[in-house]
Formats: sequence, C-alpha cells, structure tokens
Amino acid sequence: MCLAIPGKIVEIASDNQDSAVVDVVGVRRKIDLGLLQDDKPVPGDWVLIHVGFAMSKISEQDAADQMNTLRMLGEMHGTLQEVKGYGLEEVN
Amino acid sequence: MLAESAPVRFRDPQIEMAHGAGGRASRKLVEGLFAPLLFGGAFGPLGDAAHVDINGTKVAITTDGFVVKPLSFPGGSIGELAVNGTVNDLAVSGARAEALVVTYVLEAGLPTPVLEAEVRAMAKAARDAGVRIAAGDTKVVEHGKADQMYVTTTGIGRLLHEVTIDPRSVRVGDRILLSGPIGDHGITILLARGELDLEADLRSDTRSVFPLVETLIRAAGPGIRWMRDPTRGGAATSLNELARDCGLGMVLFEGQIPVRDAVRGACELLGLDPLHIANEGQFLAVVSPEYVDAAINALNLAPGGSEAQVIGEVREQPAGTVLVTTLYGGSRVVDMLVGDPLPRIC
Amino acid sequence: MRYVDEFREPQLISKTAEEIRRLAGTERNYRMMEVCGGHTHAIYRFGLKDILPENIELIHGPGCPVCVLPMGRIDDGLSIAQQSNVIFAAFGDMMRVPGTQGSPFEHKARGMDVRIVYSPSDALKLARLNPAKHVMFFAIGFETTAPSTALTIMRAKAEGIRNFSVFCNHVTIIPAIRAILDSPDMRLDAFIGPGHVSTVIGCRPYEWIAQNERKPIVVSGFEPLDMLQSVVMLLRQLKAGEAKVENQYKRVVPWEGNRAALRAMAEVFELRPYFEWRGLGFISQSALRFNDKYAEWDAEQRFEVPGIRVTDPKAAQCGEVLKGVLKPHQCKLFGRECTPEHPIGALMVSSEGSCAAYHNYEHRKAAMVSLSSVA
Repeated sequence: MCLAIPGKIVEIASDNQDSAVVDVVGVRRKIDLGLLQDDKPVPGDWVLIHVGFAMSKISEQDAADQMNTLRMLGEMHGTLQEVKGYGLEEVN
Repeated sequence: MLAESAPVRFRDPQIEMAHGAGGRASRKLVEGLFAPLLFGGAFGPLGDAAHVDINGTKVAITTDGFVVKPLSFPGGSIGELAVNGTVNDLAVSGARAEALVVTYVLEAGLPTPVLEAEVRAMAKAARDAGVRIAAGDTKVVEHGKADQMYVTTTGIGRLLHEVTIDPRSVRVGDRILLSGPIGDHGITILLARGELDLEADLRSDTRSVFPLVETLIRAAGPGIRWMRDPTRGGAATSLNELARDCGLGMVLFEGQIPVRDAVRGACELLGLDPLHIANEGQFLAVVSPEYVDAAINALNLAPGGSEAQVIGEVREQPAGTVLVTTLYGGSRVVDMLVGDPLPRIC
Repeated sequence: MRYVDEFREPQLISKTAEEIRRLAGTERNYRMMEVCGGHTHAIYRFGLKDILPENIELIHGPGCPVCVLPMGRIDDGLSIAQQSNVIFAAFGDMMRVPGTQGSPFEHKARGMDVRIVYSPSDALKLARLNPAKHVMFFAIGFETTAPSTALTIMRAKAEGIRNFSVFCNHVTIIPAIRAILDSPDMRLDAFIGPGHVSTVIGCRPYEWIAQNERKPIVVSGFEPLDMLQSVVMLLRQLKAGEAKVENQYKRVVPWEGNRAALRAMAEVFELRPYFEWRGLGFISQSALRFNDKYAEWDAEQRFEVPGIRVTDPKAAQCGEVLKGVLKPHQCKLFGRECTPEHPIGALMVSSEGSCAAYHNYEHRKAAMVSLSSVA
C-alpha cells in the first residue's frame, strides 16, 4: 500500500526548514520534512520518502546489522553442522 | 487487391487517452476498428511499416503522428521526433528511408519563433538521417486546439534485400537484442512537463537508428527474424506483440536489461517499470543463435551501439508471454499496460 | 541504489531462500498473510513465490486502500467534481478505478478537469495556482499517507487557502486485521506486517495479534531480502511455538512510531463511527474524517454528496479475494468479464490488487509446462 523510497538529503531550503531536496541515484526530488520535526535530518542523512514526505530517517547501523545477520544465516547453519559433527549437545 | 471491409469488433463507447498510449487499449482500437475497416478480413501481424508493390518494386511506407507535450525537452523536440520516428519505423521493417512528407497542424497563436525552431530541428534531423523532406501541408486550427502543434510524417523507403522481417520466422532459441538503455525518452518527457518536483540529468534518446540497423543487417542479415522500435508502450509492449504474433515465450534476464541510473531512480520513485516507458532512439531485434555473437560485436563497435545487449531469449514457454527472470530464480510476467503507465503511491 | 540494491543481492537471496526451505521442512503447511498491498506487489514483482517452498502459502490481505474503497465513494467524489469550477486531483492509482458512471479518466475524457498528483502538497499547489477554481483532493491510503494529508490541510488552514478541500477516504489497518481474524473462513498461521504503515504507528498496535490471537507477526520491509528474512523470523517463531511482534524493518521502523506524524493526524482527524470497506462490510472505528477544526476543508461538508451505497455485482467475489479466502482466478469473473481493461472491481485495477497482480504477473506462468527451465 505504500511505495516509499530511500533518498539522501542533499539540501535543505534556506527559507523553509521543512523543504528539502533528496537525491535518488541522480534524480533530485523536492520533499517535505514536516513529519520529521522531532528528529530533523541534515544533509547527508538518508530518509524514506512517501508521497513527497519524509517518513523516517534510515539507520545506517540497523541496515548494516541486518546485512550481517543475513550473511551469517548460511554460515551459522554451516557452523552448526560442523559442531554437530563433534558430537556435542544440540545447539539451537 | 483492395480488401472488403470486415466487421468492427471495437465496443468501447468513446475514445479515451488510453487508446493512444500504445498499450492494450490501443491494440483493441487498431485491431478492432481500423484494421477490419481499412485492411479487410484476414490481416496478418501488423508491423511498423507496410511493404507495397509498385510495378514489381517493393517499397516500404509508414506514417506517424506526433503530439508530444512539451514541444521541446532535453535532447530534442517534436521536430526531431517526427523525423527520427518515421525513419526508425522504416529501418526496423528492413528499409532505408528515402523521403518524408510532413503535415503540420498549428494552433492559432503559436509564436512564429517556436514554429521556426521546430522546422529547423526537422530540417537538421532529416539531414542527419540522410533523408529528404519532399513535400508538406499545413493547417491551422483555433486557439485551444492542437497543443501548439501536431506533426505527422509519412515516409517511404527502399527495402534492404538482405533481411526479411517476419514474426512468424521466430524460433525457440533465438536471442533478443536491445540497442541501448531504455526509458530515457519517456522519463525525460515526464520530468519536462514540470508537474513533478523531480529533476534529473536525462535527455531524450531520439536519434535515427538506421545506421545501427544497417550495421546489424550487414553483420547478421540472414539471422534477423524481427525488429521493432519500442516507442509508446515501451519494450514490454513490443515484445508482447511479438510473443502473441509468434506464439512463443520471450524470456528476459533482468540483470541484462540496460537502464540508466537516473531512469531507474525516477521509475522507483514513481512506481513505474522501465519496460513500459517510451523510447525514441532504440530498437529490439530477434536474431538466430548462429548470428547473435556477430550481431552484438558489430553493434558494440559501431557509433552509438556500445550499450547494445542481449537481454533474453525465445523459449517455448510461457507461450505468448513476456517473462522477466532474476538471478535468484524469481520471475514475473510483464504484460502490456491498458494505457499510459501511471505513477502510483501504493 | 543505496538501501535498495543491497537488499536485492541475488546470492544472499538464494541463501535466505535455502534457510527458509530448511526451516519449513516438509511435514506441514504454513499459511502466512501479508497484510499490505505493497507486499503483495513486491511478491509478484520479485517473483518470490518461485523461490519459496511449496508448503509456504502467502495469502494476500486487505491492505490495498484502493481495493477496499466502495464504488459509491468514487461516485461521491466524482459527483463533487462535476461542478464546472472544480478540479479533481488524485494519485495515479485512482485514475482507472471504476465508479458506476466510469473512472476518473473516463470522466476526464468527457470534460471533467481531472489531474494526477504525486503528493497532497501538489493538490494544494494546484489550489494556489488556480484561485478561480476549487481543488478537491481525493485522498486515499492507510496511516502511511494520512499524516501527509493532515499536514497539508494544516498548511492550507494556516495560509488561509479556501479553494481547497479533501474528500477523505483514509482508513486504518488494525480494524482490517481484526476483521480478517474474526472471519470464520480464515485459517492463518502468521502475519507479515505492514512496513510503511508501521513507520507511523510503530509496532505496539500489533501486540494483541501476538498476545490475544497467538499469531506471530513480523513487521517487514519491501525488498526481497526483507520479506524473505521476515519469513525466516516467522518460521522460527512458529517452530518454537512462540507468538510475538518482531521488527524486521528496523532500519526504518521505530518501535514507538513517528510522534510528529501521529500528532498531525490527531490534530486534524477523528475516527468515523463506522465506514464501509468493499468486501469486508461496515467496520467500526476504521476510517478517518476531518474534525470540526478543519470542517471547512472537508469536501463532504463543503459539498452535497449523494452518499448512495453501491453494491458490487453478485457474481463479483472481491470480498472473498480481499480476505484471502479465494484466489483471484477462482472468482467467476476473473479474466472474463473482469479484466484490466474492463475491471469490475478495484482489485483488478490497483497495481497492488491481488487480481491485477495475478492477472498481470502470474496466471500465464501457471500455464507453463515447467518452471525449472527459467532460472
């Protein structure tokens, strides 16, 4: 129900703190920061955009954590198999 | 022989914008009303151009109308589109454009400098494409009609005998080639309309594809089954029409379809698929496997052809359908749209 | 594209799919509902069904704001715009949705001033640029979109822009999920929770699903890796006999939601006592309307609306498909009387409606002899 795309803030309007420009692989879009009043983004921050409004700041840390978790998925299983082979107790 | 008209099968009560968008609605109008009345009963697959026999010589002829708004945009204007569009339709039917005739429908109140600029652009595009503009006609309509100007061009061309274009000659195992990145033109126009707060460093890809088509024919002529320039409706529409006409499946490899970053970004932002976006300087070709390497090498070495790619292949299944596959084993059917691609928020 | 491409990495997708197959095993079936239409769209766009094992069934939920809009509401909105000085502004999603007298595009062809906008602020801008006309914005969407409408109306009021109104069809997701769970024909094991709605409402509102209904729910992102990881998380819960709310979409969804967005909504909206959802019937406290402070911008209060209830043709099974009881191709009208060119119901028009998704993306794949030649 909700098409929302990540974009990087490249500029905040000098005459309107709620107006910003984001960049999405070279496409620049004017967006509204009115919904992020409590946690104002600055140029360089990444935000999620829906119908021309920034909905949320994107956490680089959480994204990186997620990628790590995913990368470890297969490895974890591989490790488990190895460990099972040692005849130790079941690790879950 | 002049055909008797056949029964009209078009049932929509009125014409909508969708009927001009190049998608399913357009096809229903053409096949359900125009073709039966103008071409008679059993007409074959409808191509970009017609080949008519004049005293034993086959001549290619095609026509195209241009109603683009705005008239002028990064990379070109209506004048260039009008020339290149018709030259390209002839090219992909296997013909070299020899002459164009043009009709201008002008809106009263159109500033003369605007008209002059467009005619200059047409003249230049014709020179660049090596085609003469032989004759023309002009009409003026009231202020408020014709969106400043509408242009129609009709072109005739000489057939290149080294190639036969026929969707029915397509076989399982044939490869699908694309001359370069898709979506540039349609997205450029969308942004140029100024209704979106979107900006990008994009230009229309309008150009004559004849030199590349000629290169392809020289390198792979006997292996070429079919060509088309994917204008309104995009590559998805052209390939769907082919799939339907030959009854086979067009399987595309998502990672191999060339799309510029900015086009991709705009499409993601608006919820559009580059496969549905209009192009004005690209063509699709289906080439037999024996000739495909020669084809791609020749294209890649030719000016303007460096981004040409094999984007897929013809398979038996899914019959009559275009399928896009991903590197991880997922796939989706890409259908023709009913009308113009619409930006979405959901 | 950053924060997009990483989550579409083919090797990681394959690995995650493998993990899903390992967890899912073969002894039982799993029925998971993705609530949000955006997830339905993603499933088809990325061909996720091709890489999930056969014993995991994804049921499409009712989170498609276009699909659940009763035809009568479209008629009402269009009737306001019949007046000659009114501009009807709406998102592209609405343009082909049929009312009883035709879709907005069909009305446009007959002379109505219909404009596509990409943001509620675009509609307000139209009002500023056309002082002699009245701009009516036909608002749709769940809690993801409602705050933007709210903020736009607040600005209209602050700037004193009077030639602007909103025909408000914003609905809320929790009552829809409740209706699904209350439905007697529903058998579900778990939920893939709406990702973008949750950026506004947070994850707390789903706690009753886990605690009272004992169904796991994972709030999920929309890229292939997001959805697949969510399935992994749901499978782990189900196998461990757990039922809790988890946030897979952490990089974007705050557990507590977006306070500023919720404040804007509270400032402008109140809950309608009830609202009709196409296919689900009347649901109480499930939709928003403007409160008295903003009555002047409420199109329903500015204008006369017929308010006629339009019932779907008996043969149309939009409701059952919406609830996931029927698959699109099981509706008698699918692909025959109801096609993308001549849609009967909104599910065939909306880009995330299950019928459109199935028709455009899927049904010819089903006819394929073998999918193994595809990858």
